[in-house]
Amino acid sequence: MQKLENKEMLNQLRDENKERMDNSKCRVLICAGTGCLASGSGEIYEKISELIGENPDVEVHFGPEIAHGDGPMEVKKSGCHGFCEMGPLMRIEPLGVLYTKVKLEDCEEIFEKTIKNGEIVERLIYSQNGVQYPKQEEIPFYKKQTRLVLENCGRIDAEFIGEACAHDGYQAFAKALFEMTPAEVVDEILESNLRGRGGGGFQTGYKWKQVARQEEKIRYVVCNGDEGDPGAFMDRSIMEGDPHKMIEGMMIAAYAVGAQEGYIYVRAEYPLAISRLKKAIQDAEAAGLLGDNILGTDFSFRLHINRGAGAFVCGEGSALTASIEGNRGMPRVKPPRTVEKGLFEKPTVLNNVETYANVPMIILKGAQWYKGIGAENSPGTKAFAITGSVKNTGLIEVPMGTTLREVIFDIGGGIKGDAEFKAVQIGGPSGGCLMTPQLDVSLDFDSLKKLGAMIGSGGLVVMDNNTCMVEVARFFMNFTQNESCGKCVPCREGTKRMLEILERIVAGQGKVEDLDLLEELATMITDTALCGLGKSAALPVMSTLKMFRDEYLEHVVDKKCKTGTCTALRSYVIDPEKCKGCSKCARNCPVGAISGQIKEPFTIDSSVCIKCGACESACPFGAISVEN
Amino acid sequence: MLDKSYYEKTDEIIAVYGAKPASLIPIIQDIQSEYRYLPAELLVYVAKKIGITESKAYSVATFYENFSFEPKGKYVIKVCDGTACHVRKSIPILERLHKDLGLSKDKVTTDDMLFTLETVSCLGACGLAPVLTVNDKVFPSMTPDAASQLIRDLREGKVEL
Amino acid sequence: MKYITINNRKVPFDDEKNLLTVIRKAGIDLPTFCYHSELSTYGACRLCVVEDNRGRVFASCSEEPRDGMVIYTNTPKLQHHRKMILELLLASHCRDCTTCRKNGVCELQTLAQQLGITSVRFENTKETIPMDDSSNCIVIDPNKCILCGDCVRTCEEIQGIGVLNFAHRGSEMRVMPAFNKCMSETDCVGCGQCRAVCPTGAITIKSNVHEVWNALADKNNRVVVQIAPAVRVAIGDEFGIPKGENSLGKLVAALRRMGFEEIYDTNFAADLTVIEESKEFLERLESGENLPLFTSCCPGWVKFCENKYPEYRKNISTCRSPQQMFGALLKEDGRMKIDDPRKTVVVSIMPCTAKKNEILRPEHFTDGEQDVDYVLTTVEVARMIREAGIDLTQVPSESLDMPFGLASGAGAIFGVTGGVTEAVLRRIVNSNRPEDLETISFMGVRGDDSIKETSITVGEREVKIAIVNGLASADELLQKMKAGEVYYDFVEVMACKRGCIAGGGQPTPIGPRTKKARMDGIYNIDQASQIKLSSENPFITMLYNGLLKDKEHKLLHNHSEHKCEEC
Repeated sequence: MQKLENKEMLNQLRDENKERMDNSKCRVLICAGTGCLASGSGEIYEKISELIGENPDVEVHFGPEIAHGDGPMEVKKSGCHGFCEMGPLMRIEPLGVLYTKVKLEDCEEIFEKTIKNGEIVERLIYSQNGVQYPKQEEIPFYKKQTRLVLENCGRIDAEFIGEACAHDGYQAFAKALFEMTPAEVVDEILESNLRGRGGGGFQTGYKWKQVARQEEKIRYVVCNGDEGDPGAFMDRSIMEGDPHKMIEGMMIAAYAVGAQEGYIYVRAEYPLAISRLKKAIQDAEAAGLLGDNILGTDFSFRLHINRGAGAFVCGEGSALTASIEGNRGMPRVKPPRTVEKGLFEKPTVLNNVETYANVPMIILKGAQWYKGIGAENSPGTKAFAITGSVKNTGLIEVPMGTTLREVIFDIGGGIKGDAEFKAVQIGGPSGGCLMTPQLDVSLDFDSLKKLGAMIGSGGLVVMDNNTCMVEVARFFMNFTQNESCGKCVPCREGTKRMLEILERIVAGQGKVEDLDLLEELATMITDTALCGLGKSAALPVMSTLKMFRDEYLEHVVDKKCKTGTCTALRSYVIDPEKCKGCSKCARNCPVGAISGQIKEPFTIDSSVCIKCGACESACPFGAISVEN
Repeated sequence: MLDKSYYEKTDEIIAVYGAKPASLIPIIQDIQSEYRYLPAELLVYVAKKIGITESKAYSVATFYENFSFEPKGKYVIKVCDGTACHVRKSIPILERLHKDLGLSKDKVTTDDMLFTLETVSCLGACGLAPVLTVNDKVFPSMTPDAASQLIRDLREGKVEL
Repeated sequence: MKYITINNRKVPFDDEKNLLTVIRKAGIDLPTFCYHSELSTYGACRLCVVEDNRGRVFASCSEEPRDGMVIYTNTPKLQHHRKMILELLLASHCRDCTTCRKNGVCELQTLAQQLGITSVRFENTKETIPMDDSSNCIVIDPNKCILCGDCVRTCEEIQGIGVLNFAHRGSEMRVMPAFNKCMSETDCVGCGQCRAVCPTGAITIKSNVHEVWNALADKNNRVVVQIAPAVRVAIGDEFGIPKGENSLGKLVAALRRMGFEEIYDTNFAADLTVIEESKEFLERLESGENLPLFTSCCPGWVKFCENKYPEYRKNISTCRSPQQMFGALLKEDGRMKIDDPRKTVVVSIMPCTAKKNEILRPEHFTDGEQDVDYVLTTVEVARMIREAGIDLTQVPSESLDMPFGLASGAGAIFGVTGGVTEAVLRRIVNSNRPEDLETISFMGVRGDDSIKETSITVGEREVKIAIVNGLASADELLQKMKAGEVYYDFVEVMACKRGCIAGGGQPTPIGPRTKKARMDGIYNIDQASQIKLSSENPFITMLYNGLLKDKEHKLLHNHSEHKCEEC
């Protein structure tokens, strides 16, 4: 890779790659995100490469490293397309076709028909409610989205800096560097009202401004890629699918605040994201976009990657910087705030991956343009990971202000199977649950806050009416308790006690007073915990207690879980109509709770039954079931 | 006492990150991935080399879940119990694996040092829930039966990782 | 002037570093377990929470005071939260209060009582962990730890040792040495500062009370006791006597009632130390060898130096500490009493836990006999006094026994930082004129700074002196010395901040006001004493001509090979 010494060379790189991509007769983009790789897309890439490579009639570009000839065909590993449920995904350009659930056996047909002759293999096209959608953009899952941050995810080879450049990569940085003063960059971001995508929704420009005005001249730019919320993988997809966009955002931040060093903190559970980022940084260094005297100016910036080591709490700013410093990831008291004394006690800009990925387009297209997207006071788009009991799970991006209904029903395709929508958990373990009456709420920072929920990092877990909300609350509390750093008393001791109570309730040993005690603990923790994670630790319980109090009462008073989720509260019954009296259930029961006369209906003594379900699976006639 | 080669390897790793306190975590991460565990002797050695107290090093190593002073098995299986996997029934998979491997919450590695079984809060592969990983390779849409089969395949060397 | 409205009352403030300090200055004693003005702000106990006029709740220890703030410290919401926090702490805490060493002086217990906690609704689900009593100085009971981290920060930030730290996380978190080793296997110097800040019974003094009672009861023993300089201004704390008041006379009376046969003053041995150490210093100045001379009175410091800077061991004075000089002397005296067949048992009353270690060091045995048999800390003696049913406030003062009960003011000031240096300087200047004494006291030897520097001309030469308190500061100084950034001829180190008055065996709490009162108390003793110079102590001269004749070296110096050429 040639070192870029000025803006013209960067433009040249962009133009060359754009031309190459535009002139490709056929570009095959095989999703190599974590999801599709797990579904076997790696083998599919190999197979297609092999097929094209074997064929002497066509010339082909593989990855940048193994390109041979200037042929018109390209096979690329792209980042995540977002439609993980339907993976492995394969996009074929310029047709704009998206093949879903591609199998190894399909490759030859794809090669013969689509790649060679531009014909579509109908079997591999996505269909919904009987309608077929050959073009990716037409698929309802994509059609209702506005993909700005995720624009390149799935469109470019994430491991090749040239393709990022072809899509205007590093143009915003060059604009900032050559046409704007650092103060102007800060003002532009401030004007855009970009709010942090990591949870709190704090104004990004304001943070930058504060760092820029510190007396201390050594400053740091840090990227929070410790996306730990279960059910959230937006940042992972950006890091895997378009790492250069986020790096560019960090570079712009560094230029704006006068930082020379940057750190990206990525959780260890994202090995692919780490390797893609490493590659991206190496390439950017080789291209002279990172390092000393970038693009021939006196601006220098170096980036380092720190891997997380398995602590959710490191997603909290001061815990994250403590971890980079080689300490226990325990949040500290503020002041001093991170903008004054952050990493290594120096002024630090700390934003998350998605926030940085928003920056280049704001610089390139201007704050006014940006403010035209999204909701008032929450401009721009937001990426959400939509999972759980929804038809189309995956990664989406919509303008702020889109309603939950649109996200779950239009994009997500509604609830899976015949079940009904019950609730959606938003914002991960620190968020809250929203129900049907809130489906039309606008997804933006302020509207959700009013409901006691938060966007958080953007995880949406959809739950249907087979989900027990008490169990869900227990699940989240278990998570928070496991991940509590242990520093402050409210979080360390309080969440432990809340978990004990919830465990008691799902085990059928709850008392009515327990609900008051839960509330009492929850309020205390929310008011007094040291860090943001602690303060929000009780939110799932508070919100489920408020919205699903009946369900809690059912558990503690009637000792029933109507969804049948809480094993200890199940009650097994034998349908006398169906029972043939074969005694198989009685023989399988480990505690001897079942008795009866051969050829007469058997019965279960519920006071002895340990609800293990052995009888249910043993019964050849389907006569045993959980009583509702 | 560990073999000399361990200390030499550690010196190499320290050289990569620099002998300073902030290098502690990356250094011990590399040691951990080299030996599949963090030998206590090496932690003490690193602490001394980078100028921090032994208790500080121990304090950090015990804070993060990824470090283990006990050797791990050849195959480290992590069952995801993130929200999406949880609602799609990841616990029965974990239970099956516990049963198949004779492991429990307190005993995580098989005696033949072949398998270590852990849970992980979220792997970010929620679209394919429930998932598990074997040495970082993701296996999607698991069921208890598929997990049992995977163990058999791993034992017979039929799985490429 | 800036103001904060606290509970509807306007309170002025200027540069207080946090809101808690402003609140406390206003006379409201907000509870905390983890805030200490000398340590970094940890913010973990959350008891010092306050509420502002918008209903926002936050910890006052970590909030900047801002002009115009309106806060409340005792709203129903706050009361409720504080009680809940306390209840949670109690729930995970071993609640065997009646048999706890800290019973009656435990901050957790006191607060539970103050806030009226009458029941705990949660079960203690923690498994019981064995106590660690491997150290000679302190006992650790993890079951009583509330994880406030005071000990961790003290050990690391003030003492620069960092033996204790947090391990694991969340509800599994515990304070322990690396790899959960026992304390005796660590680099712990025994200073006991962790114990001094521990609000509960998790870290307590290793007690020798039982052994001393037994020794007293044994008819074959002649039990002799020495009282260290810093004890007299602190023991009163345990009995409600005003802070810093000299209770020596009362202590002597109590000890006599408890059966101690001869009661002496460690200040006397301090005078001996001054003479020996001054002599050694002048010799080293002359020879130019092993400079700087490091003081050797503080066993915490000596152990620290040996552990971390073994290359500087030769710089430590060969003089024994006053306790050890005295022990050797008293034992020798006992051996001379041919007509008394009883065994001499030497007990010392010390403000210090590290002294318990010092007596067991191999060089502190003379002719195979241990020089000092038992060390009782101030806190232990107070306990014995109570056990004996003596009310210290009521006993009439009595005098020490002679000849070892007379000391100069120079010996008295050993109890504070800078005292040893000041005493040595008096000896070197060798003048008892009030103006000379005053000049020395204003040379920079007194005061709270962790590192104090001064110099004095001896003959032709300008002698450079450093006075250090707190081992972290000693660490800092040695690093600089090693790097050649600084040079000194004489360095005094006291392991504990402010010196022995704030030792690890002293009554707690030891806040800034207590330290100040004790310091003043010590200087008042010097002020009141007739003799200012160690060399003018008549019994010292007598001793050199009597018992010590030809035995100075044997009894007053350490003899290990690296320190002493005469042996």
